[in-house]
Amino acid sequence: MERIPILKMGEYLLVTIQVDMHDRLAMTLQDDLTGRIVDTRAKGVLIDISALEIVDSFIGRMLADIAAMSRVLDAETVVVGMRPAVAITLVELGLSLTGVRTALNVERGMDLLRERIRGRLSE
Amino acid sequence: MTVLLTDQRTIQTAEEVVTIRQAVRQRAVELGFNLVDQTKIVTAASELARNAVQYGGGGRVTIDAVEAFGRRGIRLTFEDDGPGIPDVELAMKDGYTTGGGLGLGLSGARRLSNDFTIESTPGKGTRVTITRWR
Repeated sequence: MERIPILKMGEYLLVTIQVDMHDRLAMTLQDDLTGRIVDTRAKGVLIDISALEIVDSFIGRMLADIAAMSRVLDAETVVVGMRPAVAITLVELGLSLTGVRTALNVERGMDLLRERIRGRLSE
Repeated sequence: MTVLLTDQRTIQTAEEVVTIRQAVRQRAVELGFNLVDQTKIVTAASELARNAVQYGGGGRVTIDAVEAFGRRGIRLTFEDDGPGIPDVELAMKDGYTTGGGLGLGLSGARRLSNDFTIESTPGKGTRVTITRWR
Protein backbone atom coordinates (compact mmCIF):
# COMPACT_ATOMS: atom_id res chain seq x y z
CA MET A 1 0.00 0.00 0.00
CA GLU A 2 1.07 3.55 -0.76
CA ARG A 3 2.36 5.40 2.31
CA ILE A 4 4.01 8.68 3.24
CA PRO A 5 7.30 7.98 5.04
CA ILE A 6 7.76 9.15 8.63
CA LEU A 7 11.37 9.69 9.73
CA LYS A 8 12.48 9.63 13.34
CA MET A 9 15.25 11.99 14.40
CA GLY A 10 15.92 11.98 18.12
CA GLU A 11 12.73 12.97 19.84
CA TYR A 12 11.20 14.33 16.63
CA LEU A 13 9.23 12.82 13.80
CA LEU A 14 9.66 14.33 10.35
CA VAL A 15 7.19 14.04 7.51
CA THR A 16 7.66 15.51 4.05
CA ILE A 17 4.59 15.25 1.89
CA GLN A 18 5.93 14.97 -1.66
CA VAL A 19 2.91 13.67 -3.54
CA ASP A 20 -0.51 14.98 -4.45
CA MET A 21 -2.36 13.03 -1.75
CA HIS A 22 -5.73 11.44 -2.27
CA ASP A 23 -8.01 11.33 0.74
CA ARG A 24 -7.28 7.76 1.82
CA LEU A 25 -3.56 8.40 1.75
CA ALA A 26 -4.08 11.42 4.00
CA MET A 27 -6.08 9.31 6.45
CA THR A 28 -3.36 6.64 6.43
CA LEU A 29 -0.76 9.27 7.26
CA GLN A 30 -2.86 10.49 10.17
CA ASP A 31 -3.19 6.95 11.55
CA ASP A 32 0.49 6.10 10.98
CA LEU A 33 1.65 9.30 12.62
CA THR A 34 -0.39 8.91 15.79
CA GLY A 35 0.84 5.31 16.04
CA ARG A 36 4.46 6.42 15.64
CA ILE A 37 4.11 9.17 18.26
CA VAL A 38 3.07 6.55 20.78
CA ASP A 39 5.67 3.96 19.69
CA THR A 40 8.61 6.36 19.64
CA ARG A 41 7.43 8.66 22.45
CA ALA A 42 8.20 11.56 20.14
CA LYS A 43 7.91 15.05 21.60
CA GLY A 44 7.65 16.93 18.34
CA VAL A 45 6.26 16.40 14.85
CA LEU A 46 7.37 18.46 11.87
CA ILE A 47 5.28 18.28 8.70
CA ASP A 48 6.80 19.81 5.58
CA ILE A 49 4.17 20.74 3.00
CA SER A 50 6.43 22.79 0.71
CA ALA A 51 5.76 20.38 -2.16
CA LEU A 52 1.97 20.65 -1.83
CA GLU A 53 0.38 22.67 -4.63
CA ILE A 54 -2.96 22.90 -2.86
CA VAL A 55 -4.40 22.41 0.61
CA ASP A 56 -8.13 21.89 0.40
CA SER A 57 -10.58 21.46 3.27
CA PHE A 58 -9.81 17.75 3.60
CA ILE A 59 -6.04 18.17 3.89
CA GLY A 60 -6.57 21.21 6.10
CA ARG A 61 -8.69 19.16 8.42
CA MET A 62 -6.11 16.36 8.41
CA LEU A 63 -3.41 18.84 9.50
CA ALA A 64 -5.65 20.24 12.25
CA ASP A 65 -6.55 16.73 13.42
CA ILE A 66 -2.91 15.64 13.51
CA ALA A 67 -2.03 18.72 15.58
CA ALA A 68 -4.90 18.04 17.99
CA MET A 69 -4.16 14.32 18.32
CA SER A 70 -0.45 14.82 18.86
CA ARG A 71 -1.20 17.41 21.54
CA VAL A 72 -3.31 14.86 23.36
CA LEU A 73 -0.41 12.42 23.01
CA ASP A 74 1.96 14.96 24.56
CA ALA A 75 3.70 16.02 21.36
CA GLU A 76 3.88 19.34 19.52
CA THR A 77 3.24 19.68 15.80
CA VAL A 78 4.56 22.31 13.43
CA VAL A 79 3.55 22.58 9.78
CA VAL A 80 6.22 24.22 7.63
CA GLY A 81 6.78 25.43 4.09
CA MET A 82 3.30 26.42 3.00
CA ARG A 83 3.47 28.11 -0.40
CA PRO A 84 2.15 31.69 -0.55
CA ALA A 85 -0.48 30.83 -3.19
CA VAL A 86 -1.70 27.99 -0.98
CA ALA A 87 -1.96 30.28 2.04
CA ILE A 88 -3.96 32.88 0.07
CA THR A 89 -6.32 30.21 -1.23
CA LEU A 90 -6.73 28.56 2.15
CA VAL A 91 -7.92 31.76 3.77
CA GLU A 92 -10.36 32.46 0.95
CA LEU A 93 -11.66 28.92 1.21
CA GLY A 94 -12.50 29.72 4.82
CA LEU A 95 -9.90 27.61 6.61
CA SER A 96 -7.90 29.24 9.34
CA LEU A 97 -6.09 26.11 10.58
CA THR A 98 -6.89 26.98 14.17
CA GLY A 99 -4.64 25.15 16.56
CA VAL A 100 -1.99 24.37 13.94
CA ARG A 101 1.40 25.96 14.49
CA THR A 102 3.17 26.96 11.32
CA ALA A 103 6.67 28.11 10.43
CA LEU A 104 8.17 29.42 7.23
CA ASN A 105 10.67 26.60 6.70
CA VAL A 106 12.13 23.48 8.25
CA GLU A 107 14.84 25.35 10.13
CA ARG A 108 12.41 27.74 11.82
CA GLY A 109 10.02 24.88 12.42
CA MET A 110 12.68 22.92 14.28
CA ASP A 111 13.57 26.01 16.34
CA LEU A 112 9.93 26.42 17.25
CA LEU A 113 9.60 22.77 18.25
CA ARG A 114 12.72 22.92 20.43
CA GLU A 115 11.47 26.08 22.13
CA ARG A 116 8.04 24.62 22.77
CA ILE A 117 9.44 21.41 24.18
CA ARG A 118 11.97 23.21 26.39
CA GLY A 119 9.19 25.51 27.54
CA ARG A 120 7.11 22.56 28.57
CA LEU A 121 9.91 20.89 30.53
CA SER A 122 10.54 24.02 32.56
CA GLU A 123 6.86 24.47 33.41
CA MET B 1 -19.68 32.48 -24.11
CA THR B 2 -17.58 30.46 -26.56
CA VAL B 3 -16.18 27.08 -25.60
CA LEU B 4 -12.63 26.75 -26.93
CA LEU B 5 -11.84 23.30 -25.62
CA THR B 6 -13.79 20.70 -23.71
CA ASP B 7 -12.82 17.61 -21.78
CA GLN B 8 -15.08 15.28 -19.82
CA ARG B 9 -13.93 12.95 -17.06
CA THR B 10 -15.56 10.57 -14.62
CA ILE B 11 -15.15 10.98 -10.87
CA GLN B 12 -15.70 7.73 -9.01
CA THR B 13 -12.76 7.40 -6.65
CA ALA B 14 -10.44 9.40 -4.41
CA GLU B 15 -7.66 8.80 -6.96
CA GLU B 16 -9.76 10.33 -9.72
CA VAL B 17 -10.18 13.46 -7.60
CA VAL B 18 -6.38 13.80 -7.82
CA THR B 19 -6.32 13.34 -11.62
CA ILE B 20 -9.06 15.97 -11.97
CA ARG B 21 -7.00 18.41 -9.91
CA GLN B 22 -4.09 17.78 -12.28
CA ALA B 23 -6.24 18.18 -15.41
CA VAL B 24 -7.68 21.47 -14.13
CA ARG B 25 -4.19 22.70 -13.24
CA GLN B 26 -2.93 21.89 -16.72
CA ARG B 27 -5.80 23.71 -18.40
CA ALA B 28 -5.26 26.74 -16.12
CA VAL B 29 -1.57 26.82 -17.01
CA GLU B 30 -2.38 26.60 -20.73
CA LEU B 31 -4.77 29.53 -20.38
CA GLY B 32 -2.08 31.61 -18.73
CA PHE B 33 -3.59 31.79 -15.22
CA ASN B 34 -1.18 33.12 -12.61
CA LEU B 35 -0.15 30.85 -9.76
CA VAL B 36 -2.68 32.17 -7.24
CA ASP B 37 -5.57 31.84 -9.70
CA GLN B 38 -4.42 28.34 -10.67
CA THR B 39 -4.35 27.37 -7.01
CA LYS B 40 -7.83 28.79 -6.41
CA ILE B 41 -9.53 27.00 -9.29
CA VAL B 42 -7.73 23.71 -8.55
CA THR B 43 -8.73 23.91 -4.88
CA ALA B 44 -12.37 24.64 -5.81
CA ALA B 45 -12.27 21.68 -8.23
CA SER B 46 -10.92 19.44 -5.48
CA GLU B 47 -13.78 20.36 -3.13
CA LEU B 48 -16.47 19.80 -5.75
CA ALA B 49 -14.96 16.58 -7.08
CA ARG B 50 -14.82 15.19 -3.55
CA ASN B 51 -18.46 16.18 -3.01
CA ALA B 52 -19.45 14.29 -6.17
CA VAL B 53 -17.73 11.14 -4.88
CA GLN B 54 -18.77 11.45 -1.25
CA TYR B 55 -22.35 12.64 -1.57
CA GLY B 56 -23.26 11.96 -5.20
CA GLY B 57 -21.92 8.41 -5.33
CA GLY B 58 -19.61 9.46 -8.16
CA GLY B 59 -20.23 11.61 -11.18
CA ARG B 60 -18.48 13.47 -13.95
CA VAL B 61 -16.85 16.78 -14.61
CA THR B 62 -16.64 18.79 -17.80
CA ILE B 63 -13.58 21.01 -18.00
CA ASP B 64 -14.06 23.81 -20.54
CA ALA B 65 -11.73 26.52 -21.69
CA VAL B 66 -14.10 29.40 -22.44
CA GLU B 67 -13.99 32.91 -23.83
CA ALA B 68 -16.38 35.82 -23.39
CA PHE B 69 -15.99 39.57 -23.97
CA GLY B 70 -12.36 39.02 -24.85
CA ARG B 71 -11.54 37.22 -21.61
CA ARG B 72 -10.59 33.62 -21.21
CA GLY B 73 -11.49 31.38 -18.35
CA ILE B 74 -12.13 27.89 -17.09
CA ARG B 75 -15.62 26.58 -16.59
CA LEU B 76 -16.08 23.39 -14.58
CA THR B 77 -19.37 21.52 -14.49
CA PHE B 78 -19.72 18.80 -11.85
CA GLU B 79 -22.68 16.47 -12.21
CA ASP B 80 -23.80 13.48 -10.22
CA ASP B 81 -26.88 11.28 -10.16
CA GLY B 82 -26.94 11.03 -6.38
CA PRO B 83 -29.68 11.78 -3.88
CA GLY B 84 -29.56 15.54 -4.49
CA ILE B 85 -29.58 18.29 -1.87
CA PRO B 86 -32.97 18.93 -0.22
CA ASP B 87 -32.05 22.44 1.01
CA VAL B 88 -29.45 24.09 -1.20
CA GLU B 89 -29.44 27.32 0.77
CA LEU B 90 -28.59 25.45 3.95
CA ALA B 91 -25.93 23.36 2.17
CA MET B 92 -24.25 26.57 1.01
CA LYS B 93 -23.71 27.78 4.57
CA ASP B 94 -20.20 27.74 6.00
CA GLY B 95 -19.84 24.89 8.43
CA TYR B 96 -22.93 22.99 7.39
CA THR B 97 -22.17 19.33 6.67
CA THR B 98 -23.99 16.03 6.61
CA GLY B 99 -20.81 14.05 6.04
CA GLY B 100 -18.61 14.86 9.01
CA GLY B 101 -16.40 17.28 7.07
CA LEU B 102 -15.78 20.95 7.77
CA GLY B 103 -18.73 22.13 5.71
CA LEU B 104 -16.55 24.37 3.55
CA GLY B 105 -16.72 22.51 0.24
CA LEU B 106 -19.59 24.30 -1.47
CA SER B 107 -19.26 27.67 0.23
CA GLY B 108 -15.48 27.65 -0.21
CA ALA B 109 -15.73 26.68 -3.88
CA ARG B 110 -18.11 29.59 -4.40
CA ARG B 111 -15.67 32.03 -2.81
CA LEU B 112 -12.83 30.70 -4.97
CA SER B 113 -14.79 31.16 -8.21
CA ASN B 114 -16.03 34.19 -10.14
CA ASP B 115 -19.34 32.57 -11.17
CA PHE B 116 -21.13 29.83 -9.31
CA THR B 117 -24.42 28.08 -9.97
CA ILE B 118 -25.93 25.05 -8.30
CA GLU B 119 -28.97 23.06 -9.32
CA SER B 120 -30.11 20.07 -7.36
CA THR B 121 -33.16 17.85 -7.65
CA PRO B 122 -33.83 15.47 -4.76
CA GLY B 123 -33.70 11.92 -6.09
CA LYS B 124 -32.07 12.96 -9.37
CA GLY B 125 -28.74 14.55 -8.64
CA THR B 126 -26.77 17.74 -8.42
CA ARG B 127 -25.02 19.98 -10.89
CA VAL B 128 -22.54 22.64 -9.84
CA THR B 129 -20.98 24.98 -12.40
CA ILE B 130 -18.12 27.31 -11.57
CA THR B 131 -16.12 29.67 -13.76
CA ARG B 132 -12.93 31.50 -13.02
CA TRP B 133 -11.78 34.20 -15.43
CA ARG B 134 -8.24 35.08 -16.15
